Amino acid sequence: MDYFWDLFFSGLTRGSIYALIALGYTMVYGIIELINFAHGEIYMLGAFTGLIVAGICSVLGLSLISTLVLAIVIAMIYASAYGVTVERIAYRPLRNAPRLSPLISAIGMSIFLQNYVLLAQTSKFVPFPNLIPDFAFMQPFEDFIGPSELVIIVVTAVAMTVLTLFIKYTKIGKAMRATAQNRKMALLCGVNVDHVISMTFIIGSALAALGGVLIGSYMGQINFFIGFIAGIKAFTAAVLGGIGSIPGAVLGGLILGWTESFATGYVSSDYQDVFAFCLLVLILIFRPAGILGRTNTKKV
Amino acid sequence: MKFVSKVFSLMVCFCLVAGSVFAQDTLKIGVAGPYSGDLASYGIPTANAVKLVAKKINAKGGVLGKKVEVIAVDDQCKPELATNVATKLVSEGVVGVIGHICSGATKAALPIYKDARLVVISSASTNPALTESGEYPNFFRTIAPDDAQARLDVDFVLNRLHAKKIAIIHDKGDYGKGLAMMEKKFIEESGKAKVILFEGVTPGAIDYSAVVQKIKRNRPDVVMFGGYHPEAAKIVTTMRRKRLKVPFIAGDGVRDVSFIKVAGRYAEGVYASGPRDVSSNPEYKEALAEYQKAFHGKPGPFFENGYAAAEALLNAIEQSKSTKYEDIVKALRTKYVSTPLGKIKFDSKGDAEGVGFSVYQVRGGKFVEVK
Repeated sequence: MDYFWDLFFSGLTRGSIYALIALGYTMVYGIIELINFAHGEIYMLGAFTGLIVAGICSVLGLSLISTLVLAIVIAMIYASAYGVTVERIAYRPLRNAPRLSPLISAIGMSIFLQNYVLLAQTSKFVPFPNLIPDFAFMQPFEDFIGPSELVIIVVTAVAMTVLTLFIKYTKIGKAMRATAQNRKMALLCGVNVDHVISMTFIIGSALAALGGVLIGSYMGQINFFIGFIAGIKAFTAAVLGGIGSIPGAVLGGLILGWTESFATGYVSSDYQDVFAFCLLVLILIFRPAGILGRTNTKKV
Repeated sequence: MKFVSKVFSLMVCFCLVAGSVFAQDTLKIGVAGPYSGDLASYGIPTANAVKLVAKKINAKGGVLGKKVEVIAVDDQCKPELATNVATKLVSEGVVGVIGHICSGATKAALPIYKDARLVVISSASTNPALTESGEYPNFFRTIAPDDAQARLDVDFVLNRLHAKKIAIIHDKGDYGKGLAMMEKKFIEESGKAKVILFEGVTPGAIDYSAVVQKIKRNRPDVVMFGGYHPEAAKIVTTMRRKRLKVPFIAGDGVRDVSFIKVAGRYAEGVYASGPRDVSSNPEYKEALAEYQKAFHGKPGPFFENGYAAAEALLNAIEQSKSTKYEDIVKALRTKYVSTPLGKIKFDSKGDAEGVGFSVYQVRGGKFVEVK
């Protein structure tokens, strides 16, 4: 049974990161029906920003906790700026273009950002310091779950609760829901749609950067290409949960994380992706819009 | 009487000198490899090395009183050309051949040399079957076969670490999985230990904690890894954080400073095999200096192997005082020769002993050779 919990927590950790990134995909899709392929790169940029901030903090001699908080906050701000800029440059001019155009523009942005980091930083893996301290109270549980895993799970849970409350109870949250339902109608009712879309990119990018810093610290290394696989997996999670649905992205991320973890643990890690994608195919056969997605006949 | 003896001895001396000149008795050795085409850069260094060795030995008076003559022929790494050039070398009457370079060409040419009873020493053909099949008793090589690394790692794990239960993890790639499969085969053949886990991981995944939990549950004595350093660093880091302290051993894909840089303190104690470093060997430095005097720039791949092959062949002829096939083979197998690769002789299969890989361990942030 211990083994089960080991795998459960390792799946939960991985699933939390998938969920954090998947939220960005799903929110953007919900509002402008665009699959933002550059989102994985925002995650990677967040991780690199976190690394640079951590380097500066260690020169200044700050404590581990304040370094972690600063790295996360600055990475979130910086990545949000990137997210908004990408939207302004690559998607906004194509807002009324055929749906394929922004998609191609997104792929272009993804390639551009990867190569930008490759040239500006390095092509090699760079070490990422462990920013998460070894908590004393964690000692008895460390066989199941390490401090890094606990921090990832807790931070993700908090971020998602805050996001849900934000969307439910704030004015801008309400505007987001309105825009998602019907952009034209929201516009007519006086909602500043451009502002709402920018806000969506800010939130999505900030969450991806949060995931990037946490996983960088957990794995201890990053390079310019980490966004690709993380992006593909998170996109899968978003589709699995129902793209456009926020609880769906979280659920999809966790299910994907657990599937991979249990497939590795009980079958073989060779087949981890086989199980993950078989599950995706099965769910899409029975629920074409994903687990929590609403079938919107109008959009088909 | 005195006068007669003086004249007689003079005549004898003259005859001796004339004999060695007029008999045009040179010792021909063949060199075969690609000297044109896309793989030329693999063949030319060996040919240059053989010429340098011949020049060096000729300056000292040659072998068995004869000057060494090098006949280089181009096989372009193509098996069909290799058989042609082999026939040519045989008809030229060479005493031995250095080559060929590509395993495919070597394999095609070997039966011809075998029938002609000629010794062949390759500087670059790494296909394991060339020596291990036992079909070619005339074949030797001064480079380690492809599976030497797996053999060395398995030997180290079984005999130095005394492991009984071994977990093997690989990255599903050609290099990583290939190495892991050979290791698995050798462990099973030895019968001394069991492979309790054989798993592939996806390179670039965001974490490896599930597979590490699985390793932990199976309680291996040693974890062997086939793959490159980024994944190795992630797996070792996760293992050590989960307080799994079993030894970790990988191949030359991990013996890279960036592994130590990335894995930091978690890299300490990790074993990785890699090609033995010969650059500090005085013989190697000499050969390099000779090269730079005769040619310019860097010698290129397999130069030191080619140099060692030529030295081994000529040394065997010198030591056995014969150019007969049996005598050369015997000398190659029994007499040590000092070469840029170190002091070598050949085992009964034809692989050079003491050539190839060493196991290194990370100690104090550096790879240190394990003796």
